[in-house]
Amino acid sequence: MAAAILRRVTHTTAAAAAAATPRVSPLPLLARGISDSTDTITVETSVPFMNHIVDPPSRSVTTTPHELLTFFRDMSVMRRSEIAADSLYKSKLIRGFCHLYDGQEAVAVGMEAAITRRDAIITAYRDHCLYLARGGDLVSAFAELMGRRDGCSRGKGGSMHFYKRDANFFGGHGIVGAQVPLGCGIAFAQRYRKEGTVTFDLYGDGAANQGQLFEALNMAALWKLPVILVCENNHYGMGTAEWKASKSPAYYKRGDYVPGLKVDGMDVLAVKQACKFAKDHALENGPIILEMDTYRYHGHSMSDPGSTYRTRDEIAGIRQERDPIERVKKLILAHDFATAQELKDMEKEIRKQVDDAIAKAKESPMPDASELFTNVYVNDCGLESFGVDRKVLRTVLP
Amino acid sequence: MKLDPTVCVFGEDVGHYGGSYKVTKGLADMFGDLRVLDTPIAENSFTGMGVGAGMKGLRPVVEGMNMGFLLLAYNQISNNCGMLHYTSGGQFKIPVVIRGPGGVGRQLGAEHSQRLESYFQSIPGLQMVACSTPYNAKGLMKAAIRSENPVVLFEHVLLYNLKEKIPDEEYVLCLEEAEMVRPGEHVTILTYSRMRYHVMQAAKTLVDKGYDPEVIDIRSLKPFDLHTIGNSIKKTHRVLIVEECMRTGGIGASLRSAIIDNFWDYLDAPIMCLSSQDVPTPYASTLEDATVVQPAQIVAAVEQICQ
Repeated sequence: MAAAILRRVTHTTAAAAAAATPRVSPLPLLARGISDSTDTITVETSVPFMNHIVDPPSRSVTTTPHELLTFFRDMSVMRRSEIAADSLYKSKLIRGFCHLYDGQEAVAVGMEAAITRRDAIITAYRDHCLYLARGGDLVSAFAELMGRRDGCSRGKGGSMHFYKRDANFFGGHGIVGAQVPLGCGIAFAQRYRKEGTVTFDLYGDGAANQGQLFEALNMAALWKLPVILVCENNHYGMGTAEWKASKSPAYYKRGDYVPGLKVDGMDVLAVKQACKFAKDHALENGPIILEMDTYRYHGHSMSDPGSTYRTRDEIAGIRQERDPIERVKKLILAHDFATAQELKDMEKEIRKQVDDAIAKAKESPMPDASELFTNVYVNDCGLESFGVDRKVLRTVLP
Repeated sequence: MKLDPTVCVFGEDVGHYGGSYKVTKGLADMFGDLRVLDTPIAENSFTGMGVGAGMKGLRPVVEGMNMGFLLLAYNQISNNCGMLHYTSGGQFKIPVVIRGPGGVGRQLGAEHSQRLESYFQSIPGLQMVACSTPYNAKGLMKAAIRSENPVVLFEHVLLYNLKEKIPDEEYVLCLEEAEMVRPGEHVTILTYSRMRYHVMQAAKTLVDKGYDPEVIDIRSLKPFDLHTIGNSIKKTHRVLIVEECMRTGGIGASLRSAIIDNFWDYLDAPIMCLSSQDVPTPYASTLEDATVVQPAQIVAAVEQICQ
């Protein structure tokens, strides 16, 4: 097995290639047999884009064998991680809330392929895979889920609070919809400093009914902020189907004066195309809404079986017809970019890597008792104050 | 704003209108529409935007046209502003200043006469200060903008017209320090914001009656300056707290607790706390006057404590 980690540049278009920062792939590509060619091929998206007040991008997406294999690998890492998190939760190593992303991987991976690490992403609580897509490593992700010291938020955030500042990943938010104005604020700062970057502001079909979203959208449109509002429409807001919560489930149209696109969120190439289009649009014209038609296989969170408000047939049907990883796999095999056995070996390798990361994360100790009081304030003048009386109530843990 | 290009202002009518209490008058002409941003009436989201901009490296000053309107933004202030530094393990800081006029004015009605200092008190990660004079308003504002932590700066609707000669040059006051207004020997009177003036008016009467009150404007509502307060109590042994927020769950309630925890042995009398009544502020002027603490009550309280 090749031990070297390959550096590679995403080739979306020639222009974007110049702007894209190199990404380090999380796994070594098996050297033997797999095509890592960067010759472009063109693929049609599964369905055309639906559009609102804007001409949609072309259905023809350019990609390379290398990119497709990276998509396969990245999505497989995410899928494997979320399933592993499910087991860890059931073994009570992860507690509290755990919202899993399996089924929705194409949105995270396709988006990342279209942008650079200087662009910002902010999302709600279904954030594990966005963190991985932004370059977060598996060990710190699992350590955070288990509340350990080496977690990405030092064990103090938990599942809903993953952040990666150096990759412009702004988290990680538990209150539905509250991240939407934050994202517009980040875009405001990007415009203020003339950075030429954009913010992808993710929310769900449930959050789409929050008033603060429309408030933020109004301001973003008024001031032409470079923000892309991405509705990850998995059709259920916890246990409530979209048609029961929203008078108009055409989320891409709800921006009214703001243009929108509806994208097949299970098709990673369509996601990539739409995000690239949206980034160019946002830099020129201000906000745009992307509705990603996607699906989550798990329930809303680990406490939700996910089958009381939808049928098992529906879930199985989507898995059969639209699974994002299967789709990319079929594409790879059809073009002979790798053999079925090679992909199977990759999956085995990924499984091992995830298991190793979990083992390493388990070795990480719980945070030190003093961590209870760190990071409440940024320490100015050496002062630490917590209550009004400036007293720190130091408890001795058993 | 001249010194640091990342300092910007968000709020309703802060730009071209100059601010409803003229606090930001002239700034839009000097710094432009993007740095002095007139927002639509959307407190929840523009406060959230301020927090997001703070995460991305700007230093927004967010104005609530009246502090009471910031109740709409409570989620953003509590969960995002106060907590993000902690939940991100220290990765993001939120150097925002949230400010605006609050307090009981002249017959503004219940919803426009709110005192939010007690509501925000428990939020971890926030700092709170209340200014009361032109001198400390300038110094505290500058300190708040420079602070890396989110600071809520409480101004008062009735204090904007105060005139005072203050230094032209830069000065920054300490956010955690209380102000000694009048040194004395008999009783420590702790107050903040507008009630400082009622206390000083009462002090004149008290001096005529032979009392020597020590008046401290606590300024820092979270955390309290227990150093200054403690030294005063060790001297006078008697404490009266005079505040404008409600009696229930107010600043005075926390201050009383803190004093009892820390300075019990120095007290010769129970701590008295005069606060506003637990009622919505009525419109009628006589009723409104009865809602807040008046100088006569302060005099009576001191006489009682010093018996």
